[in-house]
Amino acid sequence: MGQFLVRRLLWLIPVMFTVALITFVLMHAAPGGPWDRDPGRRQIDPATQINLNRQFGLDKEVWFDLDALKKGDLLGFFDTQFITYMIAGTVDGEWRCGFICGNLGPSYAQRGMMVQDIVLAPPEDAPIWNSKAGYSIRLGVLALLIAVLVGLPVGIIAALKQNTWIDYLSLFVATVGITIPNFVMGIFLIIIFAVWFHLIPVIPKDWSDPRYWILPAVVLGVNLMATTARLTRSSMLDVMRQDYIRTARAKGLAERVVIFGHMLKNALIPVVTILGPALVGLITGSFIIETMFAFPGWGRQYVTAISQRDYSMIMATTLVFALLIQLANISVDFVYTMLDPRIKLS
Amino acid sequence: MSSTSVPMSRLSDEAILARPSVSLWTDAWYRLIRNKAAVMGMVIVIIFVLVAALAPWIAPHDPLKINDGKGYLPPPWMPIEMSVTGKAGDPRFFLGTDSIGRDVLSRVLYGARVSIVVAFVPTAIIVIVGVIIGLAAGYAGGRVDNFLMRITDVVWGFPDLLFYVVVMIALRDTPIGDFANGLLLLFGALAVVSWVGIARVVRGQTLSLKEKEFVEAARSIGTSDLQIMARHILPNTLSPIIVMTAFRIPGMIITEAVLGYLGLGLRPGTDPREFFVASWGGLMLQGQSALNAQPWLLLSPAICVALVVMGFTFLGDGLRDALDPRMRGTS
Repeated sequence: MGQFLVRRLLWLIPVMFTVALITFVLMHAAPGGPWDRDPGRRQIDPATQINLNRQFGLDKEVWFDLDALKKGDLLGFFDTQFITYMIAGTVDGEWRCGFICGNLGPSYAQRGMMVQDIVLAPPEDAPIWNSKAGYSIRLGVLALLIAVLVGLPVGIIAALKQNTWIDYLSLFVATVGITIPNFVMGIFLIIIFAVWFHLIPVIPKDWSDPRYWILPAVVLGVNLMATTARLTRSSMLDVMRQDYIRTARAKGLAERVVIFGHMLKNALIPVVTILGPALVGLITGSFIIETMFAFPGWGRQYVTAISQRDYSMIMATTLVFALLIQLANISVDFVYTMLDPRIKLS
Repeated sequence: MSSTSVPMSRLSDEAILARPSVSLWTDAWYRLIRNKAAVMGMVIVIIFVLVAALAPWIAPHDPLKINDGKGYLPPPWMPIEMSVTGKAGDPRFFLGTDSIGRDVLSRVLYGARVSIVVAFVPTAIIVIVGVIIGLAAGYAGGRVDNFLMRITDVVWGFPDLLFYVVVMIALRDTPIGDFANGLLLLFGALAVVSWVGIARVVRGQTLSLKEKEFVEAARSIGTSDLQIMARHILPNTLSPIIVMTAFRIPGMIITEAVLGYLGLGLRPGTDPREFFVASWGGLMLQGQSALNAQPWLLLSPAICVALVVMGFTFLGDGLRDALDPRMRGTS
């Protein structure tokens, strides 16, 4: 078990490195630099650009510094943009630790700020969970809760009442919930609740009112809710026909004990397997949902960074979210094997 | 066959002849068209393919024609009390107009082209690439196989939407990004991520099929490796490939719409003779800024995306049930 975990975590390193490499290559393939302004706007003059490049460490080689190697400076050979970003290196003559220390690089759009400050620092005098990442995490957790707390009971009841109208209705709703992409669902709900019935503002001024959170959380969680319901139902139906359920009933256990102690415990195992992809869906779904609802989270900050061409923000978000996805998958594999001893880790 | 407990002689002639012998594919086709949801999905897909092909003849207006002074008209059938702008609809514009008075219905109809092309072109690429690589990896095994699995780890570790965004940002302003209204770049990005899934499935199938007796028999009579792969293994992997392909398509359409909505989608042509003049994602981006004034600018493409995605999903479900009845009801 421990060996499995260590191996999976070690394998993270080359995968993350490759992800970073691909992102870096693509970012450097983009025509123009981070200091270029849109045509028509006043451009930053070349002297300032050189200055900025030096401040941000962009005056160094991208991959490897062959000149430094020829001079016999081995450290200089590795002191390049990529390695500085990922591990460590000098920026404007000063040593700085990179991504492995949790340093996400300086923002090009909001100069003087590091990406992790933009994302993690709350507004003045506010608690940490009012930071951009905090908002995103709270929304994600809320969506996960809604999905599981609604999806599970619906699936269980549908299975217990198989082939009744309750079953058909929940199956129909679940199929629609799985099929309709969540941002399309978001559009429908915003137009219905905000534009036509004025139940919530289209763009809330602040998010202190818990009612405003319902809509984005539901939209973010709806696919997972539907998947959970459908999978719980089919898994329950499968378990209900097992011999040990008949045995449990035959020895006179209360129906409640049979359902919760015997059926549900076994029916939940397949449901856990979808949690990995589901968490990934919640993480990547947050970009579009946060933008749509003007939600002040990390996802929307990322979308803003796209239009500002803030390369370090884009790079950092890609890396952090890739890491989150890997960790989500590893922990789900881990939980899965803990739940079902029949499954061997490989 | 030894497990068949009823001797043939005890079956009446009628029982044997009740079902004429049909090939696997004919059988699957009959199962498919008996499935109501799948037929509905097929009809939706066919309608949208026709709309995409015949847009110039169906669209009531030129999708690029600007009508001065007719911006943000609501649909004529909406009650006037619902209109925020207080403007009344014009019966000529069934779904109203956008900010500069272009007909929304015509633009939505033209937008079907992008989604339908995105549904089929990258899919064709990934099927070809995925099948070739999956076959090679499964058949050759060893190092080739290992290499494929490592690539899979990286591709699946990359948040795909973020990859598309990075690719679009980086290469949009290059000649590749300009080609075919930016669709070539989109196809490439979609294909790079998606071939892996197909390759994995084909590899798994190949791994088990190559141990089967009929492959051994083919090899013993001197069939070359290429022929074994093409004639004996590939036909047996077709049904999972078809099912996987059908399930990939909705993702492609959604991704195109999302990227358009983020302002990273196709660059619409400005000449009405061009093939791609509007995309649903792009329309939604415009609609987002006119939520109150003209919600139908956002709603109509959203409904279309939902319909097409639903159509392909139902068709995919039906195909899976038809080609692999054991998988029925699983998600």
